[in-house]
Amino acid sequence: MKRKIIQILGMALMIAATLVVVAILGVVLFDLTAKGAPVLSWEFLTQSPKKGMTEGGIFPAIFGTTAVTLLSTMLATPLGIGCAIFLHEYAPDNAFTRLIRASIRNLAGVPSIVYGLFGVAIFVQFLGMGASLLAAGCTLGLLTLPSIITTTEEALRNVPRLTREGALALGATKWETIRTVVLPSALPGILTGVILALSRGAGETAPILFTGVAFYSRYLPGSVFDEFMALPYHLYILSTQHHAIEEVRPLAYATALTLILLVFMLNLTAFWARARWQRSLGAGK
Amino acid sequence: MNQRLFWDKFFEKVFKGTAWVAVLTLVGIFLMLLINSARAFETISFAEFFSGTAWNPAAYGEATYGIGAMLFSTLLVTIGAMLIAVPLGIGAAAFLSEVASPRTRNILKPAIEMLAAVPSVVIGFLGIVLVAPALAKIFDLPHGLNALNGSILLAIMALPTLISVTEDAIHAVPQHYKEASYALGANRWETLLRVTLPSCTSGILVAIMLGLGRALGETMTVLMATGNATAMPNGFFDSVRTITATVAIEMGEVPFGTPHYFSLFACALVLFLITLLVNIAAERVAAGYRRKGQ
Amino acid sequence: MEKIKIDIQELDLFFDKKQVLKNVSLHIPAGKITAIIGPSGCGKSTLLRSLNRMHDLNPQARLSGKIMLDELNILHGNTNVVHLRRRIGMVFQKPNPFPKSIAENVSYGLKINGLHDKKKLAEAVENSLRAAALWDEVKDDLDKSALDLSGGQQQRLCIARAVAVEPEVILMDEPCSALDPISTAKVEELMLELKKKYTLVIVTHNMQQAQRVSDFTAFMYLGELIEVGETRQIFQKPQHDLTKNYVEGHFG
Repeated sequence: MKRKIIQILGMALMIAATLVVVAILGVVLFDLTAKGAPVLSWEFLTQSPKKGMTEGGIFPAIFGTTAVTLLSTMLATPLGIGCAIFLHEYAPDNAFTRLIRASIRNLAGVPSIVYGLFGVAIFVQFLGMGASLLAAGCTLGLLTLPSIITTTEEALRNVPRLTREGALALGATKWETIRTVVLPSALPGILTGVILALSRGAGETAPILFTGVAFYSRYLPGSVFDEFMALPYHLYILSTQHHAIEEVRPLAYATALTLILLVFMLNLTAFWARARWQRSLGAGK
Repeated sequence: MNQRLFWDKFFEKVFKGTAWVAVLTLVGIFLMLLINSARAFETISFAEFFSGTAWNPAAYGEATYGIGAMLFSTLLVTIGAMLIAVPLGIGAAAFLSEVASPRTRNILKPAIEMLAAVPSVVIGFLGIVLVAPALAKIFDLPHGLNALNGSILLAIMALPTLISVTEDAIHAVPQHYKEASYALGANRWETLLRVTLPSCTSGILVAIMLGLGRALGETMTVLMATGNATAMPNGFFDSVRTITATVAIEMGEVPFGTPHYFSLFACALVLFLITLLVNIAAERVAAGYRRKGQ
Repeated sequence: MEKIKIDIQELDLFFDKKQVLKNVSLHIPAGKITAIIGPSGCGKSTLLRSLNRMHDLNPQARLSGKIMLDELNILHGNTNVVHLRRRIGMVFQKPNPFPKSIAENVSYGLKINGLHDKKKLAEAVENSLRAAALWDEVKDDLDKSALDLSGGQQQRLCIARAVAVEPEVILMDEPCSALDPISTAKVEELMLELKKKYTLVIVTHNMQQAQRVSDFTAFMYLGELIEVGETRQIFQKPQHDLTKNYVEGHFG
């Protein structure tokens, strides 16, 4: 009898813990939607901030976040995929390769603010890019590089060895095997990794803080050497640095909601790609 | 035919080149931190940096560079986060892998992945608008921007990692361990507590360390929600300023090439080394139990 | 005397420090089916994979000795592996179609060799699928994914894929080990058909299969070639006690 009561209590504790976790997500979504949705409108999404950011919209921030994320992806994706292909398809499995792999894994855990400092020292100052879209894009690109390499390698690992041998046995060169058989099979997996990296990059603030994001700019960046506004930084400004914090709170809510919707959309795309990928691999195994 | 072999060699070189670029930049991050930190210690003594508790680089006259208070604040907030996140995370992971029906699991797991995707700046925002007023009301404080707030937010950020890695560890426990326990008359709770969880302690340890690593390096949430007081805190209700927050606040304003500028790199290096140690320790433990598992 | 297609001379093969093939010498006659049998781990698959240099993928593998394909020294460093593998096709233990359409699978080898003429490709696809006795089953589904075929159909597709590049030799590494008896029968029938045009070398652990299809049989044990001869002789009057014990099913 006593054992049964303890069991029930234990189960209750576990369920409670789970409910708390789910409730957190629920509260996040509910609060943002309840207070952000009323402000969200077509005008909000397509206009510039006005009157010291107390009115108007967030279009420059949406544009800036999109631009910097795309730029970082364009830089990090070819580099990351190339590096993963080399590590998995060409490099011999020795102590040195394992060391490289371990450092890449560990770099994925390096705090994002450290990448921000690297961006300042290397891109902004040493390479003379100044605080710009380009410097911020490079910094974000580096931040996402380790995870792109790791997920791409994972995707390559899931392509059966026998599939590669099939192509080689027909007289394909290694590059032809990779291009025609390996990459097409691994593509959805790679895509999932890239989109997830993209979504992480879009939400990051610390790395762009000193490498190119602007508090406020009246114009959209005209080139990659201009400063830009970004959604996460805009939210940070509206919620902590603004002269009339209480007054702009609804705008902050709507900004947060926009940001989270953008990130969730990217994540859902990644889930979808992953589900398709698992189905296509499942038949091949 | 020759053309095909040419492209084969060509792309091998291209991939090798990209690998080198990637590896060199990643090594470059570490070197850059090291070199810039070394410059900081040209003017600041090691003793002052590591044992001093006063961080006041902008002071008129005599600037002080002690990271003691920041380091302590970082640890305080992170440990608080772990105290909250670990029981919740293990409980939720145990529920997901041992109790929940597949259908429930299929709903909950994506929800947890969604939580992992919420940007840190949004969590920090909610710390300001939701957690801070609640804390102020419950504990009767003038404001709720303190270490406890930071701990709660960091716990939220660490939870998804903690849950998914713990769940994997529980999954890896062989079915026959549990069956043996049931066969001896133990019920589900007893089996979980006495057999399943003890046989995956190292997996849970890895989960905790990965969560810890994430919490230690978080910037925006603590910057927004902990009040940013540079003094040594006396407890969870004091405002604190972590290493990450300090770098974030001061980097934007500091003149290039000054001792203050380099001291921020030294701060980042300390942070880098701590997170690196935590991650390496986690890998070690993981490698250990993977070997045992085989 | 048969014409010799492949001549293996004193072949040794090491994986790191472990010797897997010991001084193997074997003649593969042209236009016949040669079966290599032996217990698991005896090196029969390893020997087969030496013939089209699949061990190139393994940096730990070291080979010495000589393998001649007509006048071509297969193991020589200057030998063009890509070209060699066009002349010696291979079918694997498990069907390994590419995650592409049926037609793309068959035309793969031709396309990488630079053939892009649609009409010629379509002809080659049909001829190869007919040669692999698969045409009637898939002729309306050429654009469907090869992964949707049954296991037996997939394996015949892999044979069609190998045939499409018109090799001289086809290696088959336990091609029926993943197939049901009916599919196995179809593949065996196909082998007998294929030997009219190609030289076949098959590795099998199924002694009935070796007896049903092969002209010559080689028995290997612990990396050594114990005995080789006409299939009937190997199974009915083996010279060597090890061979006798094995074909009578005492071990393996």
